[in-house]
Amino acid sequence: MFLVINGKDYADLPDGMSVAELVTHLGLPEKKMAIELNRAVISKSAYDNVMLRDNDKLEIIHFIGGG
Amino acid sequence: MDDDKLIIAGREFSSRLIIGTGKYKDYAENAAALTASGADMVTVAVRRVNINNPNEPMLVDFINPNETMFLPNTAGCFTGDDAVRTLRLAREAGGWSLVKLEVLSNVHLYPDMEETLKSLKLLVADGFDVMVYCTDDPVYCQKLEEAGAAAIMPLAAPIGSGLGLLNPTNIRLVKEAVKLPVIVDAGLGTASEAAAAMELGCDGIIANTAIAGADDPIRMAHAFKHAVIAGRQAYLAGRIKPKTYAVPSSPLTGLI
Repeated sequence: MFLVINGKDYADLPDGMSVAELVTHLGLPEKKMAIELNRAVISKSAYDNVMLRDNDKLEIIHFIGGG
Repeated sequence: MDDDKLIIAGREFSSRLIIGTGKYKDYAENAAALTASGADMVTVAVRRVNINNPNEPMLVDFINPNETMFLPNTAGCFTGDDAVRTLRLAREAGGWSLVKLEVLSNVHLYPDMEETLKSLKLLVADGFDVMVYCTDDPVYCQKLEEAGAAAIMPLAAPIGSGLGLLNPTNIRLVKEAVKLPVIVDAGLGTASEAAAAMELGCDGIIANTAIAGADDPIRMAHAFKHAVIAGRQAYLAGRIKPKTYAVPSSPLTGLI
């Protein structure tokens, strides 16, 4: 499966993953993180049910230091 | 004196100082400065997770969002659409509706007020409580209040410049023009300037570079804490009217 995550191409990810499975696959810490799929925010409660498709674009953000 | 709380969008804060979390040597120093500052709110930025190194140090490991209010900002957003998109993600990440809107321009990072007002309206319609970084134009500040802002946050000087309170007259006019809390955000260089802003009647201060960039950030955080308290108390106490000539403090009668 081909995904664009945070502006970078990821060409050979496993097919048929949910958002939750992608988070696990990438080894991301879930605390205080948010995901946008094709410009729509996905609520954490929906991670298990939202399935990813080829060419989906994701933004995965968290809080860092700022003014 | 302890019941003089800062109230923003119905939330109560015991400190009138808000500190940033940018530009510190590391998050540990940032956390120590937070403790020294006595602040109970910090501004934070929203950025992409580093997918290639998910285990790098995280802000939330050093500053606990259950104890300190995180105020997500839109720094780096140059359009209203980007700002709204960023804050929708921040709300999902943190679960907070209180946010700091800043839509900047390419002119010395001055706020783009047209885009700021436009995105404020979108955010208010979306249920956010929005603290708005803005110019010190009292007319535009009134427009922000009418559009449903939660706090008005005019700059003291250009972001990160440390030039201090450049236009105290305008800050005072802003305070007089709106009913909302007025928080001076950006441009302060040292503690006395925070005190001066508070003496004008401002409700709070945001300081990032002035603290993080000091030789000893933790000591400067301590200094800002006391400056904000001193300025607030002086404002509430009511200063004397300046007089042109000397007036003796000791009685002139009963001299030996």
